[in-house]
Amino acid sequence: MIQFTDVYKRYPNRYEALSGLSFHLNKGEMAFLTGHSGAGKSTLLKLIALIERSSHGQVLVNKQNLTHLPKGKIPYYRRQIGLVFQDHNLLHDRTVFDNVALPLVIAGENHREIGRRVRASLDKVGLLGKERNLPIALSGGEQQRVGIARAVVNRPAILLADEPTGNLDPDLSRDIMQLFEQFNKVGTTVFIATHDHDLIRTLPYRQIQLHQGRLAQREVE
Amino acid sequence: MSLSTIMTNYFLRHVQVMLFSLGQLWRQPVASLMTVTVIGIALALPAGLFVLQQNMTTVSEQWDDSNQITLFLKTTVSQVEGKQFSLDLKKWPNIAQVQFQSAQQSLSEFRQLSGLGDLLDSLPNNPLPAVIIIYPAEDIVSPDAIGSLLARLEAMPQVDQAQLDMEWLQRLRSINKTIHRGISILAILLSLSVLLIIGNTIRLAILSRQSEIKVMKLVGATDRFVRRPFLYTGFWYGLLGGILAWITLMITLGVISGPIDELIGHYGSNFDLQWFSVNMLTSLPSIGVVLGAAGAWLAVSRHIHMIEPN
Ligand SMILES: Nc1ncnc2c1ncn2[C@@H]1O[C@H](COP(=O)(O)OP(=O)(O)O)[C@@H](O)[C@H]1O
Ligand SMILES: [Mg+2]
Repeated sequence: MIQFTDVYKRYPNRYEALSGLSFHLNKGEMAFLTGHSGAGKSTLLKLIALIERSSHGQVLVNKQNLTHLPKGKIPYYRRQIGLVFQDHNLLHDRTVFDNVALPLVIAGENHREIGRRVRASLDKVGLLGKERNLPIALSGGEQQRVGIARAVVNRPAILLADEPTGNLDPDLSRDIMQLFEQFNKVGTTVFIATHDHDLIRTLPYRQIQLHQGRLAQREVE
Repeated sequence: MSLSTIMTNYFLRHVQVMLFSLGQLWRQPVASLMTVTVIGIALALPAGLFVLQQNMTTVSEQWDDSNQITLFLKTTVSQVEGKQFSLDLKKWPNIAQVQFQSAQQSLSEFRQLSGLGDLLDSLPNNPLPAVIIIYPAEDIVSPDAIGSLLARLEAMPQVDQAQLDMEWLQRLRSINKTIHRGISILAILLSLSVLLIIGNTIRLAILSRQSEIKVMKLVGATDRFVRRPFLYTGFWYGLLGGILAWITLMITLGVISGPIDELIGHYGSNFDLQWFSVNMLTSLPSIGVVLGAAGAWLAVSRHIHMIEPN
């Protein structure tokens, strides 16, 4: 599903954030991306979401070669991927419903379908009663659930999350992780960057560890 | 999905975005009203001047047919010579009719009109010249043709002075032309500033929504999708500004049309000032919409594609 082959990423300031990276993630797999702060986790996810482009090497996602994807196709490519961020990236002047509906509105879905899917998505993250609220009226954990509901509302094949529990206490973090597991169980490929080792230690998923932009020797199965 | 459903969806989406953009303006009523007012004034000013100038043109055209020439003869020319001279002139192909008036007739006419008979009687001799009034041929209407006829008449040895009765009208007409050109330039400059005002307002709106635009692009929004509400914002600014300009103009013309009609009535003309304003009804809002959309396009085409998630 996601395949990196000898990928390098050098930022315009010549800083090499990723060096000679190769790995493969299977369809329907759930995996963690770990490593110290500055190891290159966010950079790696940005390459998959085409927020950044690799300087060298090949990135294949869902059979598409991202190296040659023209700029005009990026929006349509991104609709196959759900993105979850540490700081949620919600629109604060729109209701929970409108935030979750955004990907569907952008994709041009009709009114009835949007309502149905947004409610289904909010139901899955346990926020069905809060659809008329503004994001500020919600707790940090709830805001993150809205972010997740938005990421899965158009049923993407891949779900990427960058430190989704970074701002949450351990209990809430575990709840969020369980949510991701649920989406994985129905077939979504899930890839989560985190440095919260305590949280994922007991979970039975592969860990891809980065160290200074390279794959660390140890890969935990 | 049938084609008609797709079309309906597409149409509905546009209506939604249009209303959304209008709602955005409504949420910041003071700022929006200020922008709309500036646009309204900038559109109303040249439009109002055009209306007044149009009226001036109409008035001067109504006086068009009265271009007779008055020749003042030298006092050395006797009455018989003057009479003969007028008959000679009548043979010119570019003169239709002449009318001779001797110095004596001039004096009695003046006496009658002025009521200064006693004063005139005390003068040793008649100070007034003999006069020939010339009506040019029908095809002599252009300012050039009249001008050359005037020059030829003035060059005749019997003539002291040749005067185009409606010379002031000619002057009015060239002033009118100058004013028209001035208003045109003003209109272009003010349209340009409307374009830039809207462009700048939209630019600020885009910059203030940068993070929102980034989020939308992250969940798959195309540049076209992001652009749309801003283009409609420009559309609304232009439309509302145009309507405000029209209202301003109607009120202003309503206030000044009375005095203007009175003024024009003095000169033996009358016409309906409001007629022009009815034309403005359709043109002002459409001009506003065109300028608004163009200004918004200027802003979005420069800024939207540069805002990328990072
Ligand atoms: N836009 C950027 N420009 C320059 N350097 C960057 C940029 N983004 C990240 N970096 C650098 O790349 C390295 C990896 O960053 P990042 O991928 O954010 O690591 P992580 O998410 O693992 O903390 C860091 O040293 C960071 O300073
Ligand atoms: Mg990071």
